[in-house]
Order: sequence, then structure tokens, then C-alpha cells
Amino acid sequence: MRFAIVQTLTELASRDSRIMLLTGDLGYMALEAFADKHPARFLNVGVAEQNMVGVATGLAEAGFIPFVYSIVPFAALRPYEFIRNGPIQHQLPVRIVGVGGGMEYGLNGLSHYGLEDIAVMRAQPGIKVIAPADHQQARNALLATWNLPGPIYYRIGKDDKTVVAGLDGRFELGGAQQLRDGNDVVIIAMGSVATEAAAAAGELAKQGISSCVLVVASITPAPVDDLVRVLSRYPLAITVEAHYLSGGLGSLVAEVAAERRLPCRLARVAVKTPVTGLCGSQSYLYHKYGLSCDALVKTVQQELSGAGR
Amino acid sequence: MAESDSKRIRRIILEQAKRANVGHIGSALSVADIVAAIYGDLLRANGPKDPERDRFVLSKGHAALAVHAALHLKGWLSREELNTYCTDSSFLAVHPEYGLPGVDFATGSLGHGLSLAAGAALAARMQQSPRRALALLSDAECNEGSIWEAVMFAAHHRLANLVVFVDLNGQQALGYTEQVLSLKPLAGRWRAFGWDVHEVDGHDVAAMRDTVGRLNTSVGPPHVLIAHTVFGKGVSYMEGQIKWHYWPMSEAEYQQALEEIEAAP
Repeated sequence: MRFAIVQTLTELASRDSRIMLLTGDLGYMALEAFADKHPARFLNVGVAEQNMVGVATGLAEAGFIPFVYSIVPFAALRPYEFIRNGPIQHQLPVRIVGVGGGMEYGLNGLSHYGLEDIAVMRAQPGIKVIAPADHQQARNALLATWNLPGPIYYRIGKDDKTVVAGLDGRFELGGAQQLRDGNDVVIIAMGSVATEAAAAAGELAKQGISSCVLVVASITPAPVDDLVRVLSRYPLAITVEAHYLSGGLGSLVAEVAAERRLPCRLARVAVKTPVTGLCGSQSYLYHKYGLSCDALVKTVQQELSGAGR
Repeated sequence: MAESDSKRIRRIILEQAKRANVGHIGSALSVADIVAAIYGDLLRANGPKDPERDRFVLSKGHAALAVHAALHLKGWLSREELNTYCTDSSFLAVHPEYGLPGVDFATGSLGHGLSLAAGAALAARMQQSPRRALALLSDAECNEGSIWEAVMFAAHHRLANLVVFVDLNGQQALGYTEQVLSLKPLAGRWRAFGWDVHEVDGHDVAAMRDTVGRLNTSVGPPHVLIAHTVFGKGVSYMEGQIKWHYWPMSEAEYQQALEEIEAAP
């Protein structure tokens, strides 16, 4: 998604001179396309994320649309208060781009994981939150939102090859995208772990379990109508996210279900335990925390049999 | 606004702080002359909404009452509006709130404002505008690491159109800066980071105006005026007293403060 975002942003910046790209000294072999094409509007501010967001706020007040780029915790958590008191409070079009949502930087350890960014950004009423599932959707999400008023948080992944089968790059602000229809269960996924959810639905189909799969990339504004539609139709919903249990997609779905008095049972698949010091590849960590295709198949089977209750 | 408006700013600070029964009086009195210099001469603006106005960031947001007073004397804020200070549904809070004409950036969280001003200065240069960015920091605010991120950034990018005042009154909320976290040598630290440093009397409006008038705000390093001030300046029992960071005035204290302000030259 990194290249898709940077390539798309480079194209947009050729059309609109307000667009700038700031990085906190990250993005080697990712940001060069923009830096080469628009050197005057590319700025490596150094390893100083608070200042990066503060400077971006000052630039935005004067009419620029600054994108600030770093790995999720350094983009979203370190400067969080600067985001809150800056672009959110002043409603300025600063775009925070966090790369590596979930455990994509698996070998780098917890310091580099993005496991609570959606929760803390979703808590702020004044910022849109976008978490694309693959590079095609990332491009279309950026094209649909870059010029909106107010700030936006983009949680993107590193993978620029994998596509989520059936998604076809679709994105709608305030909408969700259905990948497949089914009768027994709805699986609702956020971010690049949607590939595991889609694969799990395929495996379940072989066992005679028919699943609807929904991708939620527009976290704020939330796809309330689309969620109400599926939560009204299925007795069981499984949310899947590479994020801590509290505050993310599962919490969002629970809020909608409770507020609309929908009888759907909800099982949230997320990172439920403190992350240990053990590192590993993303696929290893997905397996360890129950987010892999195999683990999701088991979870759905258990929940449908009632064993998960 | 004229230079003598320092006295009018101090009078308004006392009147409004007493009416609202709030503190932060000593901090506002400390910067009254700096604010008079900024709003009297240095801030170039055809009204608070002029897009080509100089930008100003009160990074030590807890001195907002001094700025509210200056906005009134500048004619950007009516007496009726000023009298809503710290009342329900007013934009005039203890810290500057975005939405009040003349407040370019809301502040209140120390360590935030210098980055905002650096962004405003960089934007002006990229837009080839003569706009300047001014910021007023507290000395203890330099405890914040984010200040030094912005100090490095502004020096590296040679933001000549950035002019910063540091209100060096030697006090912070719970003690004297030398006891809490030493800043010495403050001017030396800014100089070591590559800034054009000037030490000034923070109660001498004409001297500050002249110093800024001589700055090259087109090319070169960013500028900082280390303004030596007295916390609570103008009210004898507040000067240098930690208590007056937060404390509101009694009726007797208020009357004495007013008399002292009026008697001053």
C-alpha cells in the first residue's frame, strides 16, 4: 500500500500545488517517487514527530495540505496530543499516514506495531479514520478523500502485491464493501488481515459453512447502514482486526449492534493478550494471536457450534 | 495601540481576573510589555482575518488574558466581548481558543506553539509571502523536548521570518526554574542551536521594538529575544511570588494592585 499511496499522492501533487509530504526520517525506498517529482514539497523533518505534526498544522493553516508519514506508533501515538490540539481542534487538512498497521513490522517488535491506533483516533470526533485492506483500495480511498476538509488518519500496510479477492479496489466513505455473500455467518474485517478473513471464508465454504464477508475501511465515518444491514441478517458476526481488542473494529460493531438493538451475537477476533517480547513474521504473529486463516476457521466453527459462548 | 498601552493591558488583566475570580495573573503581567510591543508595532496585519497578516502564537497559553487585553486595545475585540472573559459560551478562556478573531492558533499545552509558528513561517516562505511568524514562549516551557525539536528545525531551515520571545521570569508553576530544572545558560543554548539571539529587557517596549526592527527577517537564521522579565511585574506583592501563578485576588489585593498600576509611570 505504501507505493500505491505514494504514487497516487505524487500524481495528485502534480495537479494540486497545496499537497506536501513530510516524513519523520522513514520511508526509505518508498517515498522517492514523490521526493524526485516534487522536491520543493517534500520535507524530511528528522526524527521529530511532534514537531512534524506541529509544522504541518502551521502549513495547513496557511493553505497547504500536508501529508505526514511514519510507522504507525510514531505517526499516531508519539504526536497524538499535537494531532488533537492541532489539526483536529483547528479542523485543518493535515493527513496522518501511519504505515504498518497491526504487526506488519513483526521482526521489529512491539515498538513498531500498530495495535491501538484505531482506538485512539476513533475516540476523536473531528478526524476521519481510513484503514484500507489492500493497495488497490488504498489508492481509491486516497483519491476519494485527499481533498476533504479537516484532518484524516490513514492506516496503511506495507504490502503492495496482495489483493483481497473480490474487493476490486472498491472504497466508499461511510460505506463497507461486501466480498461474498453467505447464509450462516458474517465476517467483518479491517485492514490487510482481510486477506486472512477472505481465505477463511473460502475454507469454511468447503466445509459447508456459508459466510458473508464485509470489509470496513471507512472507520470514521462508520458504515452504520451497511453494518446494520448485515447485523440484522445474521445470527453471528465475527470481527477480525490486527489491533487490540478494545476500541477498534470489534468495538465499533458492538456499538452499532447495541445502539440499534440488533440480536446478532458478536465474537471479536483481535489481539487480546499483552504482546510478548517474542518477535516473528506477520504470518507467525497472525497464527499466535488467532488472526491466521486456520485460526479464523476454527473460531467460526466453535462459535457456530456454540462452544465459543 | 501606543507604547503606553502596557499600562492599559495591565489594568484590563487586573479587572478581568478579578471579575472572573481566576488566577494566572502573574504570568499575564510578566508578558504585558512584550504583548504591547507585539500588538503595538510588530505584528503586521490589516485586521484579524487578513490572509497576509503576520501570524502570532501565544505558546504560553496561560497568559491569554494579556492577549485578550491587547486584542481589545487593537480594536479587534469589543468591550462587551472582553467582559465575557471566563463566562459560559465565551471564546475568551484562560487559554487562547480558536474561533476568537485574532487568535491564529489555540494553545494551552506547553511545548506546542513553536512548531506551529515554524510551520507558519515555512508556509510564508514557500508562498513567497513577506509574512512573519511571531511566538511568545515561557522560560519553563523550554523544559519540553518538543521545543527543542522545533528549535532545531527552524535553525536548520533558516526561518529568518520567525521571531520568538522567551519570557524569562525565572518562575514556573511550583517553583523557581533554577530549583525545578535549570535552563542556564538559556541564551547560550539557543545560540548553540544556531539562532540569532538577543537579550532584552522584557519590560522595555521601545527597546524590544527597536531590536526586532533591526532583525533581518528575509534571510538568515531565526531570531529569539530572551526577554528578562519580572513575574507579576507592576504589582509589588505579586512580583517574584510563586503563589501568583494560580492565585486569584481578594478585594483588598485588587484595590492595591490597581493603585500600584495607576501610580506607575
